[in-house]
Amino acid sequence: MSGRTSDPREITLSINGTVHKVAVEPRRTLVDVIRDDCGQTGTHIGCEHGVCGACTVLVDDEPLRSCLMFAVQADGRSIRTVEGLQTGDALHPMQEAFMRYHALQCGFCTPGFLMLAVAALEKRPDLNREELVDILSSNLCRCTGYENIVKAVCAAAADMKANLDASP
Amino acid sequence: MKPASFSYHAPTSVDEAVALLAEFGPQDGRVLAGGQSLVPTMAFRMARPPHLIDINGIAELAALTVSAGVITIGACVRHAAFDSDILPGRTGDLLRKVVQNIAHYPIRTRGTFCGSVANADPASEWCCVTAALDGIVVLRSQRGVRRVPAAEFYQGVMATAVEEDELVVAAELPMLADDTRTGFVEFSRRKGDFAIAMALVTYRLENGAMIEPSVAIGGAESHPRRLREAEDVLRGQKPGGAVFAAAAEAAAAAIDPMADFNNTAAYRRGLVRTLTQRALESAE
Ligand SMILES: Cc1cc2nc3c(=O)[nH]c(=O)nc-3n(C[C@H](O)[C@H](O)[C@H](O)COP(=O)(O)OP(=O)(O)OC[C@H]3O[C@@H](n4cnc5c(N)ncnc54)[C@H](O)[C@@H]3O)c2cc1C
Ligand code: FES
Ligand code: FES
Repeated sequence: MSGRTSDPREITLSINGTVHKVAVEPRRTLVDVIRDDCGQTGTHIGCEHGVCGACTVLVDDEPLRSCLMFAVQADGRSIRTVEGLQTGDALHPMQEAFMRYHALQCGFCTPGFLMLAVAALEKRPDLNREELVDILSSNLCRCTGYENIVKAVCAAAADMKANLDASP
Repeated sequence: MKPASFSYHAPTSVDEAVALLAEFGPQDGRVLAGGQSLVPTMAFRMARPPHLIDINGIAELAALTVSAGVITIGACVRHAAFDSDILPGRTGDLLRKVVQNIAHYPIRTRGTFCGSVANADPASEWCCVTAALDGIVVLRSQRGVRRVPAAEFYQGVMATAVEEDELVVAAELPMLADDTRTGFVEFSRRKGDFAIAMALVTYRLENGAMIEPSVAIGGAESHPRRLREAEDVLRGQKPGGAVFAAAAEAAAAAIDPMADFNNTAAYRRGLVRTLTQRALESAE
């Protein structure tokens, strides 16, 4: 039977500038479609109910839990994931800082933390340490104990701000 | 952890949405707003709505307006909207203070004020705010418009006055007078978790004495509500430690606290006493 409203429907997702046309059932979450249908497996799935933040992506530059949005709701929207952070071979300052400060161990939570921190600092480059800690409390990490994540994000905040000030 | 199959409807007007609700509401069709409470319950398959009516594409529901002393919060206004200077006055200050306690930043970018009101979790901060400020919930269906005061809207744990064919189109809050003092304090185990209890107080001063006191408690009972017993203690008195303590005692005595796996009723009662006192002491 065709034309049922629960049947797969054609949607278009722009992920890091690449257009993906896919047919998905409405019940599929955005994170599943990003990973399984669009092949972008950098975004991770942890809890699948909004608690851990591993699935954080940016939709029209707003950070959100992609396990709590249906892919059909993102039709025509512009999505950014961890795969889009680097420019050519150059890592994003946030990625550099995570390496420098040893802000990951198993790395499972890392894509979510990177996208969360980048989104927050793109919107408000002046966030101080206390505000950043508050924002980072959104996501869970089972390995690092958070200290090095906080250090990395604070260092990247300074780097991103310096880049911003240097650009005309 | 994958939601069950459902039919997806994406109306672009309120008329269209209430027509869909008239048809599918009686078949357990649900409104999808921010999805920050509904989608987790669908992932657990605690909810398996056969129809979802997604209101995110309805432009007329996105407005946050202030006029004639009333703030009108459309059904698509997200929590994050209150984390900015756009809302003026004492009500704006209060909402900005409260929103910091709701979940986390990437949840606040999606979750809506009215979705919280419709969901009516006992520990929802916005439910407590609407109760404290005597807000009004505006409901639309094909049968017409209903304006339900918060005191009648909340009826139990996740139970409200919303009928199955009704859409919450807006919540209305009064603009508090410029000399209103407000205090809000909640307690949760971790930042961003649902609170175990919360207290919201407001009052004004006239010749040094408290007038128009409001004391509302959330998270402790099945739904938030104002406690007249505590307000009566404050009315006409000068603000100060002793009268605050007496009002906190009255609040603790007046409630019928819920018990759960981690928190006994006696613990919640003690928490309400402490939080009421702190909310009064911190009111500014
Ligand atoms: C990790 C986590 C932590 C959280 N912590 C908190 C917290 O501390 N405090 C808090 O208050 N909330 C918290 N939340 C919940 C969050 O605030 C939700 O956004 C909110 O409860 C529901 O709003 P929503 O727009 O997401 O609604 P949805 O999830 O879309 O809907 C919730 C329910 O309300 C109904 N509904 C929604 N909008 C309407 C409408 N306009 N008319 C009729 N019915 C409607 C839906 O059908 C559904 O039954 C948390 C969520 C998560 C995932
Ligand atoms: S997988 Fe989305 S928040 Fe955990
Ligand atoms: S590095 Fe392992 S969960 Fe964060």
